[in-house]
Amino acid sequence: MTRARGMLRHYAQDVRLVRSPSGLLSVVALVALFLWLPLFVNDSWAGIFVVAGYSAIAALGLNLLTGYTGLPSLGTAGFIALGAFTASYFGRTAESLPEGGLGWPFWQYALLALALGAAVGFIVGLPALRLRGVYLSIATLALVFVTLYVLKSWEVLSGGNSGASMPIEVKLFGLNFADLGGDDDIFLGDLPFRNGAELFSRNHSLMYLVWAVVGVVGLLCRNIVRSRPGRALQAVRDRDVAAAVVGVSLFRAKVGAFVISSALATLAGVFYGLYIQYAVADEASFGLPLSIQFLAIIVVGGIGTTYGPILGALLIAVIPKFIGFLSDLPLIKEIFTETPGDVGFSEGNFAAILYALLIIVGLITQPHGLAGISRRIGGYFRSWPLVR
Amino acid sequence: MTKFFQLLASGLALGAIYALVCLGFVVIYRATGVINFAQAGLVVLGAFMVYNATFTWGLSFWLALLVGMLFGAALGIIIERLVLRQMVRQPLHAILLVTVGVLLLVEPIVTTIWRSPQPSIDTPFELDKLEIGDVRILQISIAAIVIAAIVLAAFFLFFRYTKYGVAMRATAVDQEAALMQGINVNGIIALSWAIAGVVAVLGGAMLGANAGPKTGLGVGIGIIALKALPAMVLGGLDSPGGAVVGGLVIGVAEVLAGGYYAEFAPAWLKPGFHQVLPWIVMLVVLLVRPYGLFGTKKVQRL
Repeated sequence: MTRARGMLRHYAQDVRLVRSPSGLLSVVALVALFLWLPLFVNDSWAGIFVVAGYSAIAALGLNLLTGYTGLPSLGTAGFIALGAFTASYFGRTAESLPEGGLGWPFWQYALLALALGAAVGFIVGLPALRLRGVYLSIATLALVFVTLYVLKSWEVLSGGNSGASMPIEVKLFGLNFADLGGDDDIFLGDLPFRNGAELFSRNHSLMYLVWAVVGVVGLLCRNIVRSRPGRALQAVRDRDVAAAVVGVSLFRAKVGAFVISSALATLAGVFYGLYIQYAVADEASFGLPLSIQFLAIIVVGGIGTTYGPILGALLIAVIPKFIGFLSDLPLIKEIFTETPGDVGFSEGNFAAILYALLIIVGLITQPHGLAGISRRIGGYFRSWPLVR
Repeated sequence: MTKFFQLLASGLALGAIYALVCLGFVVIYRATGVINFAQAGLVVLGAFMVYNATFTWGLSFWLALLVGMLFGAALGIIIERLVLRQMVRQPLHAILLVTVGVLLLVEPIVTTIWRSPQPSIDTPFELDKLEIGDVRILQISIAAIVIAAIVLAAFFLFFRYTKYGVAMRATAVDQEAALMQGINVNGIIALSWAIAGVVAVLGGAMLGANAGPKTGLGVGIGIIALKALPAMVLGGLDSPGGAVVGGLVIGVAEVLAGGYYAEFAPAWLKPGFHQVLPWIVMLVVLLVRPYGLFGTKKVQRL
């Protein structure tokens, strides 16, 4: 008798990292894609992949906190800001800018950002032991505003109202991940690598670094989730009092989830800074909409799965490109009625309305996100002749 | 002391507006268990609607306020019908995000129809002040306090003594049990949204008419409306009375901190402190009382 594909018979099978030969194959395919893709996209698409990459890092952490431990957080934007300004102050070189800087190498300020994020996450996690549900999410939202106020007041670090620029070079292992091509062109076969007029840009180089980190973080999250601590987190999510009764330490689970997710969000903030290169610590850049965006990523991707946040990050990062494509269609261009200095329907408003409608309609029709869709498709094929 | 009383009046006016907006958050939270971020959007839309009724249609301020309230109630019911009704029994995160999606719709719609920012809404009070000794208080601030007091009192009487008020309270305790008693739960949810719409429009119109601090009329008042969130949490999420207390505490604390900043703040405390103060006050209260001042404490059972 043959066993249905995908059926689990032992606990060991359930906790295995790669569950099937096809899973192994897709891992190999993803690594190949990682090495190959940056060479074949233009600069603006490379930028989108960098955005998707740092969003995925923060979203993986948030998913651990919200999806697996059941602690809703609107605080991600505060940690993004913390990471960006840590990179700015410790990474930029003193001679390059009038405001100065310490000029640390990348791995040092990235580690510092992780440590700072973990420390702040520990402090933020303590109230989580007492607060529940909506109270907790509003409390974490409060921490965004407090963090922004502190950062903005600390002018050495953030440049106050005028903002601060980010490190130009990103040196790691002797390579500069802000400019991998260097002065020479990268050759593919006989042809130097060019996309239109541009060379191997900053975004192409950052794309390698960011997605390598996404891989490591994804593996870390997967390993946490499939092992003993991950089971503890899920027990706390499902019923924290019951989890405590069977011996799960609520302190370790809740505060630990906060520490890890905050550290990851701060690391994502470092990459966010390296990508946008200049930031001001105010609510327009790091306010509620940014926090909401990360929540949107994990919900759209599929909450409580490892690959969901990565899918969600890719989707949310591509949406502006999709909207830009739509706005350029001649049919749609005609409906823009804005004339300078007057009110009317502008391209920006079209983009904003479409983005909001995509979120609303997407959630109404697919409340379990992309992971839900892919699970349904997978289930269809696995149980194939027995489907309706 | 003159300055103190002037600031206090301004703070109470702002607090009254917070209390109104907050009441909208609370009634929807009680009916559906969701924090409705779209409430801030209703505040903005309401303010512009009242502006439109006075400026473009030439109605008097009070008539415009009435038109705005009807518009707010209708809009609340429409949003519930078209969007939130579809999300029943879906995960809480998804419902929360849908309300944010509605909030994100408001700004582009408002800036398509109206110019933002505008000067402020015209009121019969203009810039007239009431003088008590040295203390001079803007009449519109007093109007905001009085209007809020009347609306809140009406709500509490309705909530306490009418059939629908009892039905609302029953629905908040247990939806299924309420359904079994013949209560039209969907109707109660629609009613909650209508109430939320009405108080949001009132709050928006007061902000747009410069009651309390001078804010002017623009999409930026949505951010001020979000400050009703700490007020709501401070009072306790499911307590209408807590909403009033929380709103007043937050409003007064914010205005006093802003007013006395120049005199008392140490050098390391940078400007803008009064804007984060509501959140800090909320955090401190939550650390002592995790369900706010008047929120229902949930008993954990196995």
